[in-house]
Amino acid sequence: MAARYRMNLLDWILAPFQYGFMRTAALAGALVGATCALLGVYVVLRRMAFIGDALAHTVLPGLVIAYLNRWNMTAGALVAGVITALGIGWLSRRREIREDTAIGIAFTGMFALGVLLMSAARSFRDFSHMLFGYIIGVTDDQLRLFAALAAVIVVVLGLLHKELELTSFDPLHAQAIGLRPDRLRYVLLLLMALAVVGAIQAVGVVLTSALLIVPAAAASLLTNRLPVMMALAVLIAVLASLIGLLISYHLDVASGAAIVLTCIAAFLLAWAVRAVRERHKPASENHT
Amino acid sequence: MARWFFPYGGKAGASPMRGAPALAAQRLAVRYPAAVQPALRDVTITVPVGTRLALVGPNGAGKSTLLKAAAGLLPIAEGQLTICGLPPGQCPHLVAYLAQRGEVDWHFPISVRRLVVTGRYPHLGWLRSPSREDWRKADAALERLGIRDLAERQIGELSGGQQQRALLARALAQEAELLLLDEPLNAIDAATRAVVSDLLSDLKREGKTVIVATHELDRLQADFDDALFLLDGRVIGRGLADYQQKADAVLNGWLRVTA
Repeated sequence: MAARYRMNLLDWILAPFQYGFMRTAALAGALVGATCALLGVYVVLRRMAFIGDALAHTVLPGLVIAYLNRWNMTAGALVAGVITALGIGWLSRRREIREDTAIGIAFTGMFALGVLLMSAARSFRDFSHMLFGYIIGVTDDQLRLFAALAAVIVVVLGLLHKELELTSFDPLHAQAIGLRPDRLRYVLLLLMALAVVGAIQAVGVVLTSALLIVPAAAASLLTNRLPVMMALAVLIAVLASLIGLLISYHLDVASGAAIVLTCIAAFLLAWAVRAVRERHKPASENHT
Repeated sequence: MARWFFPYGGKAGASPMRGAPALAAQRLAVRYPAAVQPALRDVTITVPVGTRLALVGPNGAGKSTLLKAAAGLLPIAEGQLTICGLPPGQCPHLVAYLAQRGEVDWHFPISVRRLVVTGRYPHLGWLRSPSREDWRKADAALERLGIRDLAERQIGELSGGQQQRALLARALAQEAELLLLDEPLNAIDAATRAVVSDLLSDLKREGKTVIVATHELDRLQADFDDALFLLDGRVIGRGLADYQQKADAVLNGWLRVTA
């Protein structure tokens, strides 16, 4: 009985991957999820969640313009993402208007522009892929590009780890020893733009910030060590991408939404684990 | 590329001028970027190497502003300011700046030991990880402040006094010649207060210069060699000799209210 159940589960997991498009989708999901989660730890710790969401949404007009002109859509997203990242970096240094307000204006404005352009073209199937993702449509070329983007992000985060860490928790000390926290913030924004480009293909413009925020937030509930947090976030994101993809295959539901909801389930699980752990903590440790 | 992007690290800093005072200001005025009025004006002072100087005054007197300007964090609006004979910010590895405790995000997932080793970063610069020697120096600094046993704790798990000690340990690990400490005595426990007193006299013995912003008058004569009294961004007195009178005459009312 147990053995048969195990066979069924194994079958449930493995059978979909006899299809090439599912294998590509799984790789893309894992790659994009892992990159977003890694970067997401900084997004969460530096309270940049709203910026992550805005970055994903402002990419829409770039996607639409590329689509309408039959250019490479990934390139369109990349250009729009980088322009947005630079724009947000610039806005956050100005003082005429509060940063979150300015971002809110730019973000809704760009998103509306994308919707407007797309409504003129009247192709709602392609439009819904932009909004909600189409991970099983990932091509091998796109997969290679995602791998390259992931490599760039991992290498930059690795090389600048100690500076990014320091400017995140003590920007004043960083500045006093000659670092430029505002420029390191630009670096993070640009990396976020790169990560968002892959995530949009997987879960769409609307749900992309979930990949940046949710796995990292779940990991932040489980540990107070940065490297461990990054590893856990990546693990959660990869598992959630694969499980979400399988659920979407078997139940025939939207893959992007399934991936995001699996991430949310992981977050709730982490929350429960933390609650149980807090309860079993000896009273003597709760001195703060 | 990195060097162009933002110079940082021991070799990027210029060497100090021999024989120059640790800090020299002439008719210095400092203004915050968005402000109309300078937060500090007409300050002229020379701080010889090896001095322990207290900056005394109520909140808003300009103590933090002077320290930030010395650390190269604020532009100079008027006058002149030199640190070891150089413009501020030119030799970051020689100047340890300790901000008020509230400037640090204490929820950040980092251990006390790792916080302290960030004091070694100006000696490392880009792309280099702390060496065994850097970690040893961080541990020695923790030991000296009596919080070695807390080294692996997350920084937010410490009490206020312990957090202050961790920041002081970082300043020590930096092995700077000039230490700029902003309110290290604010809201700390008696044990930490005693540790800080010992530390100040140790630093004096090692020939370091220490400038401390404080609005506490209790141990002024025991812990410091000199004092600069500030009010509303101006110098209103200098020296420890008649500080009681100065305090009584001008500051007392303010200090009672704010301390």
